[in-house]
Amino acid sequence: MWAFINKLRSPKWFYAISARLQPWFWAAALILIVTGTIWGLAFAPADYQQGNSFRIIYVHVPAAFLAQSIFVSLAVTGLVFMVWKIKIADMAATVMAPLGAAMTFVALFSGAVWGVPTWGTWWMWDARLTSMLILLFLYLGVIALRGAFASRDSASRAASVLAMVGVINIPIIKYSVDWWYTLHQPATFTVTGRAAMPMEMWLPLLIMVLGFYSFFIALTLMRTRSEILRRESSKRWVRELAEEAN
Amino acid sequence: MAFDTFREFLAMGGHATYVWSAWGLTAVLLLGAVLHARFERRQVLRQLRRRVRREAHQAGRNAGAQPIQTSRGRSTNEA
Repeated sequence: MWAFINKLRSPKWFYAISARLQPWFWAAALILIVTGTIWGLAFAPADYQQGNSFRIIYVHVPAAFLAQSIFVSLAVTGLVFMVWKIKIADMAATVMAPLGAAMTFVALFSGAVWGVPTWGTWWMWDARLTSMLILLFLYLGVIALRGAFASRDSASRAASVLAMVGVINIPIIKYSVDWWYTLHQPATFTVTGRAAMPMEMWLPLLIMVLGFYSFFIALTLMRTRSEILRRESSKRWVRELAEEAN
Repeated sequence: MAFDTFREFLAMGGHATYVWSAWGLTAVLLLGAVLHARFERRQVLRQLRRRVRREAHQAGRNAGAQPIQTSRGRSTNEA
C-alpha cells in the first residue's frame, strides 16, 4: 500500500502511467459525447411541456455535475498537498481549476437561456442559482490566488486552503433545491433510484454525463503532464525526455 | 428521429436561440480546452528543448578553453 502511494507521488511515474491511460479516456470522451449529442439533439423525444428547449439538459446537467465534482477534487488535492506535501496533487489542482470554472459558467449560462422559455426569466436569486454563482466566484478566487504570490509554495497553499474552505458550498448547492424550493426543481437525474424521466430521455443524459467525466479525466491527465514538465524542468529524466518527445 | 426535416431540427420548435446558444457555448469551451492543452504541451516541450540546448552549449564552452581575462576586462576564448 505505502509502496503504491510512494509511486503515485512520483511525477516520473505519473508521467509514464498517464501516457498509457490518456488515449482511453480521450476515446471514451469522444465516443460518448458524440453519441450523446446525436441522441440527445435529434433522437430523444421532445418534452411534452417544454418542447425542444429541454434538450439543453444534455449540456446543463453534465456541466453542473463536473462543476461540483471538480471543486471537490480541488479540495481533496488541496488536502493531500497540505498534509503530505505531494507535489503532483498540487499540479493536478492547478490544471483542473480553469475547467471547473468553465463548466460552472456553462451550467449558469445554459440554465439562464433555458430559464427564458421555461420560467419566463433568465435569472432569479434562487438558492440553487445563487450558490452556483458563488461557486464560480470561488473558482475565480482559487485561480487568482495562484497568480497572486511570488512564491509557488505560498500560492499553492493559499489556493488549497480556499478550496478546502469553499467546498462547504458544494452540499449547499446539492441540497439547496430541497431546503429552499423556490425556482429550480429538485434533481431529475439520479443514477440510483427511479428516474424522473423516460428511458429514452435518461439514457442519452447518462451517456453525456459519462462523456463529460471522461473528458475531464483525459484533459486533466494531459495538462498535468505539461505541468510536470514545466515544474520539473531541472530534473534529469525530464531533460532526457525533451530530446525524444514531441 | 424526433424531427422530420433538417430545417425543423435547426428550428428546434421555435427554441433555436436557447438550444443552440447553450450547446454552442459548450462546444466552443470543450474544443477550446482541447486546443489549449495541445498548444500548452507543444510550448512546454519547445521551451524545455531550448533550455536543454542552451545549457548544453554553455557547458560545452566551459569545458573548452578557459576564458582569459584581458587588460580591458573582457573575457575571450581566442588566446
